[in-house]
Amino acid sequence: MSRNTTPLLSARGIKISFGGVIAADGIDLDIFPGEMLAIIGPNGAGKTTFLNVCTGYLKPQAGSVRMGGAELLGMAPRAITRLGVARAFQIPQLFVEHTVLENMLLSAAVRERAWNPFRNLHALPQRDEMMELLRLVDCADIAERSAHELPEGQRKLVDIAIALAQRPKLLLMDEPTSGVASSDKFGIMEILIDALRKAQVTSVFVEHDMEMVTRYASRVAVWSEGRIQMQGEPAHVMNDPEVIRTVIGG
Amino acid sequence: MKRLLVIALVVVLALLPVLSAGNVTFATTVYAKMLAVLGIFLLLQAGQVSFGHGMYFAAGAYTAAYMGQAMGGADILLLLLAVIAISGLSGLIVGLFVSRYRYIFFAMLNLAFSMAVFALLEKLFHLTGGTDGLRVPRPTLLGESFSRAQFDIVIYYFSFIMVVLGSLGIWLYLRSPLGQALKAVKVNETRLEYIGLSANRTILIAYVFSAVLAGIGGLAFGLQQGLAVPELTFWTRSGEFVFIAVLGGVGNVIGVFAGTVVFQAVRFVAAALLDDAWQLILGIVLIGIILVVPAGLIGLPARLMELGRAIRKRRFLAGREQE
Repeated sequence: MSRNTTPLLSARGIKISFGGVIAADGIDLDIFPGEMLAIIGPNGAGKTTFLNVCTGYLKPQAGSVRMGGAELLGMAPRAITRLGVARAFQIPQLFVEHTVLENMLLSAAVRERAWNPFRNLHALPQRDEMMELLRLVDCADIAERSAHELPEGQRKLVDIAIALAQRPKLLLMDEPTSGVASSDKFGIMEILIDALRKAQVTSVFVEHDMEMVTRYASRVAVWSEGRIQMQGEPAHVMNDPEVIRTVIGG
Repeated sequence: MKRLLVIALVVVLALLPVLSAGNVTFATTVYAKMLAVLGIFLLLQAGQVSFGHGMYFAAGAYTAAYMGQAMGGADILLLLLAVIAISGLSGLIVGLFVSRYRYIFFAMLNLAFSMAVFALLEKLFHLTGGTDGLRVPRPTLLGESFSRAQFDIVIYYFSFIMVVLGSLGIWLYLRSPLGQALKAVKVNETRLEYIGLSANRTILIAYVFSAVLAGIGGLAFGLQQGLAVPELTFWTRSGEFVFIAVLGGVGNVIGVFAGTVVFQAVRFVAAALLDDAWQLILGIVLIGIILVVPAGLIGLPARLMELGRAIRKRRFLAGREQE
């Protein structure tokens, strides 16, 4: 894997174990601007752990994660967010007592440090921008609905929209379509890919659905027992006999 | 409609000394406590309960006592500024510790701080007057001094204006991004961190505001009573604030007002009926209220409408059966 562009984010020698369970055993990975990298691998291989390390939720025993000259390890999640790494979750993390639009506005308010106590959240100048983002993920019509009453697919999209409201350089997504009815999966993924392309955000997504990966990823990294077993073009990786045996199953 | 009702209420209360002079003292006590309860109400938005806000209430009263005695009766506005500074600063210092904790730990840590203050106020006799407390000299207002009767009116309007400003401030704050973030703390701290905001800091800011509100309440209370005593920071006092806040309901500021009025009124009547066991009556009435309207008094109109509908429906069905 050689490229001329400098990576957006570089992880080197990440090691972390929980008790006796090794979740990362020397992970080296570069993420390049503009790509859509899929992370695949069996359960317990350490895929989510890697996202948690990159976003400051977990501190590894060794290694480094660098972005634009800054070392991310040791930073709090909110500091990493401000540097431009946003996160979407396997289980959508929404403010369920607020409306969808209020969820977005809160994200925008934090981004803009809009702390004027005399201004209503709804009077934020970023309101139009947030509506535009909701339109991008096809959720404009539910802007005034309370976040707790949404079906899972829309919760996933709103979760991602909240992350996009940060105007991130890099978006890390943990199984963006898990928990969604299989008939809706591709529809949601199409909306998502389109939104990411328009927002020009580099993205990484953990995925179990191999068809999703072949269809949408620009590159694939295969996790196995805390290591990267293989990485490269989807067509190449997905046809590798070893990968088929350990991950895809066949 | 709701807004008109609030305005009407404010106008009536502004005219209370003219309309019903006998209730001025009672109303002043309500306002003083309500200020502290507003502070608790604010923290409740983040799902947090403090069992120690009596310490800021006491801070307000003791500040008035110390400054009044040192200056031979200070000016109310000067006292107000001093109380805002002192309760704000102590709220910041204590808040830096407690804002790292949630729920029972947050509640108990506040309790611990306030009981430490209580012990100090009792034991440092030569500084604090011990259990007897300190006398709060009657202050002036813009250089003007007052007789006892005049001062009752002055302190009424002082606490009334503080309540109006405090309520207005909370209303604005809770609509603003910072206040909305406070409500978000209760629901999802993870997401808050991942949009770049510290949940602890969000709570800390609200905590400082709540301490200032309780401090001003304590100032009004101390001025009205003419006395600052350690009992103001005893845990039952802090518990009372929490109780009133829950009684009123977490919905909005009107509930805080209703809660405080009802609590004080029940307490007042109970004390007149049964001077040794007034807590018994208070307890029974409050249990009754909470059983009937679990959402607090703020839920009362909706509950009444619900009951009305049920009664109408039953009558309708009974009428049909007769036919």
